[in-house]
Amino acid sequence: MRKQRWLFPIVLLTVALMGAACSSKDDSPTVGGGTTGSTTAKPSFQPGSTMAAIQAKGKIVVGTKFDQPGLGQKNPLTNQVEGFDVEIAKLIAVKIFGGDPSDLGSKIEFIETPSPVRETVIEQGTVDMVVATYTINDARKQRIDFAGPYYLAGQDIMVKKDNTTITGVESLVAGVTVCSVRSSTPAGRIKEKAPAATLIEYDTYSQCKDDLLNGNVDAVSTDNSILLGFVAANPNELKLVGKKFSDEPYGIGVKRGDDVFRNFVNDRLEEIYASGDWKKAFESTLGKLGVPTPATPPAVDRYTSAGPAPAPTTTVAEATTTTTG
Amino acid sequence: MTAPVLADALGPRSRRQARVASVAAAVVIVGVAALFVRRLQDRGQFDAALWRPFTIWGTWKFLLIGLLTTLKAAGLAMALSLALGTLLALGRLARSFVVRLPAVVFVEFFRGLPLYVLILFCGFGLIDVGLEISKFQALVLGLTLYNSAILGEVFRAGILSLDRGQTEAAFAVGLGYWEAMLLVVVPQAFRRMIPAIVSQLVTLLKDTSLGFVILVEELLRRSQLAGQFFSNPLQAYAIAALMYVIVNYSLSRLARRLEIRQRRRYSAGAIQVTGVEDLAIVGAQAEAAQAQAEG
Amino acid sequence: MNIVVDNFDAYVGGMVDTIVLTLLSFALAFVVGTVVAGFRVSPVPPLRAAGTAYVNIVRNTPLAVLMVLFWFGLLPNLGFRFSRFWAGIFVLTAYTGTFVAEAVRAGINSVAVGQAEAGRSLGLTFPATLGQVIMPQAMRTVVQPLGSIFIALIKNSALVTIISVPNLTKAGEDIGTKSADLFGSIVGVGLAYLVLTLPAGAAVGWIERRVAFRR
Repeated sequence: MRKQRWLFPIVLLTVALMGAACSSKDDSPTVGGGTTGSTTAKPSFQPGSTMAAIQAKGKIVVGTKFDQPGLGQKNPLTNQVEGFDVEIAKLIAVKIFGGDPSDLGSKIEFIETPSPVRETVIEQGTVDMVVATYTINDARKQRIDFAGPYYLAGQDIMVKKDNTTITGVESLVAGVTVCSVRSSTPAGRIKEKAPAATLIEYDTYSQCKDDLLNGNVDAVSTDNSILLGFVAANPNELKLVGKKFSDEPYGIGVKRGDDVFRNFVNDRLEEIYASGDWKKAFESTLGKLGVPTPATPPAVDRYTSAGPAPAPTTTVAEATTTTTG
Repeated sequence: MTAPVLADALGPRSRRQARVASVAAAVVIVGVAALFVRRLQDRGQFDAALWRPFTIWGTWKFLLIGLLTTLKAAGLAMALSLALGTLLALGRLARSFVVRLPAVVFVEFFRGLPLYVLILFCGFGLIDVGLEISKFQALVLGLTLYNSAILGEVFRAGILSLDRGQTEAAFAVGLGYWEAMLLVVVPQAFRRMIPAIVSQLVTLLKDTSLGFVILVEELLRRSQLAGQFFSNPLQAYAIAALMYVIVNYSLSRLARRLEIRQRRRYSAGAIQVTGVEDLAIVGAQAEAAQAQAEG
Repeated sequence: MNIVVDNFDAYVGGMVDTIVLTLLSFALAFVVGTVVAGFRVSPVPPLRAAGTAYVNIVRNTPLAVLMVLFWFGLLPNLGFRFSRFWAGIFVLTAYTGTFVAEAVRAGINSVAVGQAEAGRSLGLTFPATLGQVIMPQAMRTVVQPLGSIFIALIKNSALVTIISVPNLTKAGEDIGTKSADLFGSIVGVGLAYLVLTLPAGAAVGWIERRVAFRR
């Protein structure tokens, strides 16, 4: 009958979707590309502290990136996020839950936090911490606090191997097209330091890289940690200019004024620096992409916080929710 | 799909012309296609390495879950829009100006905004002022607001297309205005609008792809992530496009079939829904048709 | 709102960019869509097949997917070099053209069969019948859907932001990141679009009424 013709693709699709959905529920999350750190015993924490709350909750929610190779990238085959930021987050998590970083399973949950709302999700408590190539700066310290830094990156420029005209940020003059990711810190810095250049903004860095290889842009600029990964994957066609023009210390974003939690994270960072776990985490992620391992990890900055965050602005939110709710 | 209206009984000269044109057209089309295939091949786009990820079930599962998210967002938004759209339609048809005005403002406001901007607002703007919603919820919210404005107009057309005899009979039996509306008019109008709703569902499914700007893991975003991970963006996007086309084409066919069946059943008052880009104009069309019928 | 006043120039610049994109794509889409509609009703099977394939594939793909597929996937690998702007125009035209094609085809089908028969009995060839008899009459029915397609295009032009072509939405995003006021900047963009779409909607309605009276 005629009805069966359009019914068939719909049935086929439904079966495929059910197959995909069902098997994903049975998956016990496997951990890929990680380091097995030394097994930690499950500690107990002072009641009222963030660590105790996380322990009681049974899982820690971490904001990270899903599209940055080597730092935070989702592997489609395993549906797990992999990278240096991920490993750091896991090493912190085992200090709360005990056990092995590769064994955390559902005790750690990664969600993708868009750059424009990273501070907001920390303030709202949607995530417990953010480990996402999160550069420490004073403006952000107004709203949240940073533990770390755990890595010192810097903004740099990537060009085609045979390019001789671009030698640094000062070469980004009018007529030059530079690519970066929409609304990211590096994009903002290009606008600041090279306002005459034409800035092209995409959603992912690999789109920038593709445009560079296709000749549609002259340069790609972002943190050298990300660029080095691309260069290592494509050594015959790409190169790094190699003149860092900004410092990008990566920190772990936590709630402002939560000094107990921040000290806890900083303590754990110093611990993994000393134990070699930090180095192992780096080598198994960024290192594998060809990024040279730094000789020493950066010293954590235990600055004095600006104090607990002001009460969340509920007035506008309440007004908004009551009119739409 | 149907035989061309202008081409019955071509004379011998036209038949010859048509045959020549056929051959010429076929040659051009095949030639262009061959050129494209050749160029892609030269760039290595048919290499096994780029297509190998798609021989692994894991990759398909990754994309299919993205498709599932797309369907969930669209389904949820459609369900909510049906409810809100009905309210808007009834609001616009109300006798009292105080009730009509907000409905009109709502519809004109959300019809005039690009959905891209609306989703951006729900995902980043609302969160910025303290509203705590997830990315997925923001996507559904944006889709619902936009879609209910359109469905509101569609329902209004459906209600207006009903024979006036229905409402008159309802009043004659003693029902009040709102009771007549809810018990007699809306159910019948709703049945007439089913092809339009299915057609709008297709648009909705396409619009969920805008979720990628707020990083919702629907099909487009997932194909982006896959393309980046495997360094095969062309293949990833092409496969995603294929999945969209299959789903939407099937639904469009369903909508068309339902529309034809409707036309057979309700000879007067069938509202053309397929081929109309912005379904919101059907409301204006119905109004014009009614004005013409009465005036 | 302060943010709009402070960045007024940027908003206006974005609106101009969007208007240019819309007008250009609409003009091209009109041509493309009419031609494709002609293909779809023609007695030449390969043309019918090509037209149908084009409409069904492009119409059922989200515009966002078409943008990335074309710019990152097809264009570099097919060896053509378009500028970003023209690539955006190309995709908008291709997408909008499908809707124009459907509207024109509906218009053609709405013209009484007798017209085509009369044309043919006069000895006109298919292209002549189509071009001189059918199309002029079909266009009257087509005005209203074209109007709504135009307004939809104003909104769809926002999607060229995906390939970083300057337009109103991109201007708004830039303002948002510069000022860190996402809420205000996006509201500003929304209002700016309303300034474009509401008058356009009124103008389209006026044109439709003019055309309807003549009938």
